[in-house]
Amino acid sequence: MKYYRSHVLVCVDPECLRKGAHDVVDALQDELVATGLIDEVQVLETSRIGACADGPEMMVYPEGIHYAGMTVDDIPYLVEEHFLKGRVAKKFQLTQKAEAVSELGAPTAKEVRVVLRNSGKIDPENIEDYIAEDGYSALAKVLTSMTPEEVIEEVLASGLRGRGGAGFPTAKKWSFCRASEATPKYVLCNADEGDPGAFMNRQVLESDPHAVIEGMTIAAYAIGSSQGYIYCRAEYPIAVRTLRIAIQQARNFGLLGKNIMGTDFSFDLEVRMGAGAFVCGEETALMASIEGKRGEPTPRPPFPAVKGLFGKPSNVNNVETYAVVPQIINKGAAWYASMGTEKSKGTKTFALAGDLKHTGLIEVPFGITLREIIYDIGGGIKNDKAFKAVQTGGPMGGCLPAEYLDLPMDYEALAKAGSIMGSGGLVVMSEDSCMVDIARFFMEFTQDESCGKCVPCRVGTRRILDILERICAGEGRDGDIETLQQLCNEIRTTSLCGLGQGAPNPVASTLEHFLDEYKAHIYEKKCPAKVCKALIRYEIIDGPCTGCTVCARNCPVNAISGERRMTHHIDPDICIRCGICMQVCNFNAIEIN
Amino acid sequence: MTISTETTLLIDPTRDPEKKAVIDRIIDENAHLPGAVMVILNELQANIGFVSEPLQQYVADRLRVPVSKVHGVISFYSFFTTTPRGKHVVKFCMGTACYVGGTPQLIEKAKAVLGIAPGETTPDGNITLEECRCVGACSQAPVMVIDEEVIGRVKPNKLPQSLKPLMEDSGTEN
Ligand SMILES: Cc1cc2nc3c(=O)[nH]c(=O)nc-3n(C[C@H](O)[C@H](O)[C@H](O)COP(=O)(O)O)c2cc1C
Ligand code: SF4
Ligand code: FES
Repeated sequence: MKYYRSHVLVCVDPECLRKGAHDVVDALQDELVATGLIDEVQVLETSRIGACADGPEMMVYPEGIHYAGMTVDDIPYLVEEHFLKGRVAKKFQLTQKAEAVSELGAPTAKEVRVVLRNSGKIDPENIEDYIAEDGYSALAKVLTSMTPEEVIEEVLASGLRGRGGAGFPTAKKWSFCRASEATPKYVLCNADEGDPGAFMNRQVLESDPHAVIEGMTIAAYAIGSSQGYIYCRAEYPIAVRTLRIAIQQARNFGLLGKNIMGTDFSFDLEVRMGAGAFVCGEETALMASIEGKRGEPTPRPPFPAVKGLFGKPSNVNNVETYAVVPQIINKGAAWYASMGTEKSKGTKTFALAGDLKHTGLIEVPFGITLREIIYDIGGGIKNDKAFKAVQTGGPMGGCLPAEYLDLPMDYEALAKAGSIMGSGGLVVMSEDSCMVDIARFFMEFTQDESCGKCVPCRVGTRRILDILERICAGEGRDGDIETLQQLCNEIRTTSLCGLGQGAPNPVASTLEHFLDEYKAHIYEKKCPAKVCKALIRYEIIDGPCTGCTVCARNCPVNAISGERRMTHHIDPDICIRCGICMQVCNFNAIEIN
Repeated sequence: MTISTETTLLIDPTRDPEKKAVIDRIIDENAHLPGAVMVILNELQANIGFVSEPLQQYVADRLRVPVSKVHGVISFYSFFTTTPRGKHVVKFCMGTACYVGGTPQLIEKAKAVLGIAPGETTPDGNITLEECRCVGACSQAPVMVIDEEVIGRVKPNKLPQSLKPLMEDSGTEN
């Protein structure tokens, strides 16, 4: 390979082209030849390096200097300054505006920040910031003026339900554990957040760790526990670090450890890390994992409240469940219960992801509709495509079509629609997503994550996956749909844990709401969304193709040929249908047939 | 012959005095904890880079538990590896948001650039390519993780630029 000391990337997006990017490229080439630098500096055409607002734009590597706004006449100056004299041509340098990739923007009108009230506002590594926002005042109130029973009463009156998925009333869980006689008792925080597309817990842990610690301490007081564990997934190293810092600071302030705030109540916390097993989010598996064993679920009963971690009574709650407890204590149950619907009180965080204009984290009162979330908060579908489905509840959840957009977000309403609330991941899909492919994707996930203990879960998910793979490969057969339905029922009713019981949901819900799409794959060998590789073909359209060679240079298998500035051609036998050419083409010259 | 000693050292890190010191420190610091096996294995994976069979045996002996128990834990969790990975690990998120957002295309491109498939390491031991679960940065999908750094909104045509520094960084010490 030839060695260049510099690489100049010139943006040839339509916007920059209009501003003369091609002419700039030609002038640059000419100037480099004239100055004898052509063997040292390579000029490449590329797409989008900036906002294209000041075009033409170019990026010079290895220095990573971003130039914009030059014309053909400026090129000799630029080449002389930058490449001959080795100075930055300040005149055209675009000062880097760090692209704001914030997951948490300012709240929109429909949002209410309860769990996320401190997110981004306080320094998570400084306990005093948290204390300044009334932090640990709920714990003080509880320890000095409330009995454990009164704490449970208050939480019961708030209507708080577990945020980890199933929505079990939190106060009930606490009172079961309190009623158990054996000691010691453990307070466990489920920070395993394994649902792909969900990152609410991560945000809370990394931006407001003391809220979780305070909530757990209050729970420990209510239950009668002196030791707690936070089980955090290994994929979140920053959350683990932040938590460990926060725990140490709380100890230093006498807010964890022996005789908290001078009372005779003692409680301490430890963070334990998972190691990449989704099933460990299931509470019995989580406890096995903390015990240092394989994370295999065990049958319930006995429930954790009776016989949990190390065989002792334990209470498992989600990060978000604990994080709201201090505010319920401070502001009162009535305040919390005033938000939400009859059976789902308060607010819920959701992670908006997928084909939306604005993705990120939101917190809204229960009862808000999917439409409000997707259009008013999420800004609607990206590139003005049509909405196709929203996936709620992660791999145990389902896909809901447009008819359900006015569904209020509420545990019961979602369950009735054939999906679940889950932990709060919302992945929105446009017309460009194939529902059979999505079902296959989730089945691949659950099949891989099944712990293998139960035959229906282990073998059944494999069989479903095989059938779905066949359908996507264009080899679907008559009878497949019926077999899928039957397998879904079997797995759902005969699996031990929630993973197996919920695994069929993505398939069952797409079969229910997008049956036509399955039929098109099986009977017409067509993928209406043009996703399934075996059923599509990429072609370059004669007119719009300018022969810019971007596609040919980006094709990973060199399936594209053609002269510069002439229409290119894709060899279907070599093409692996990865779609990269379509993504990089600036002229919409590539279509799928 | 040097190669074979190096390979044994790799497979049995307890034979490398420096590594053994790290391993012993990790075990000493954590052995008293309830459920210590997971904690120790996590630390070893993070600090040594893998938990090979000789290392599993060593941990079992030190904790006085059957090696089958340690092995059972190792084989259950996907984070533990029994062989060394490359100096750099490039992971592509296969979570829902990233899958919908184009991870499959990125992997095709990475395969072409690196000449290896996910799960494999380049012959020079420099780069390991992997698929991973959602890393919780879904709003920046598609996401890749180079070593510990999460990079969002990755575009196939920008990928070679991100991988190049790693590819050039072969050979030299850690
Ligand atoms: C396969 C599977 C994965 C789960 N993953 C999680 C998780 O990542 N986080 C979580 O809080 N709960 C998860 N749960 C639910 C837990 O078992 C448990 O119900 C929850 O942690 C209880 O807390 P809550 O009452 O605050 O919701 C999962 C359940 C199953 C069956
Ligand atoms: S249902 Fe699946 S994941 Fe759950 S215990 Fe059975 S095999 Fe394991
Ligand atoms: S799906 Fe990729 S970061 Fe969540």
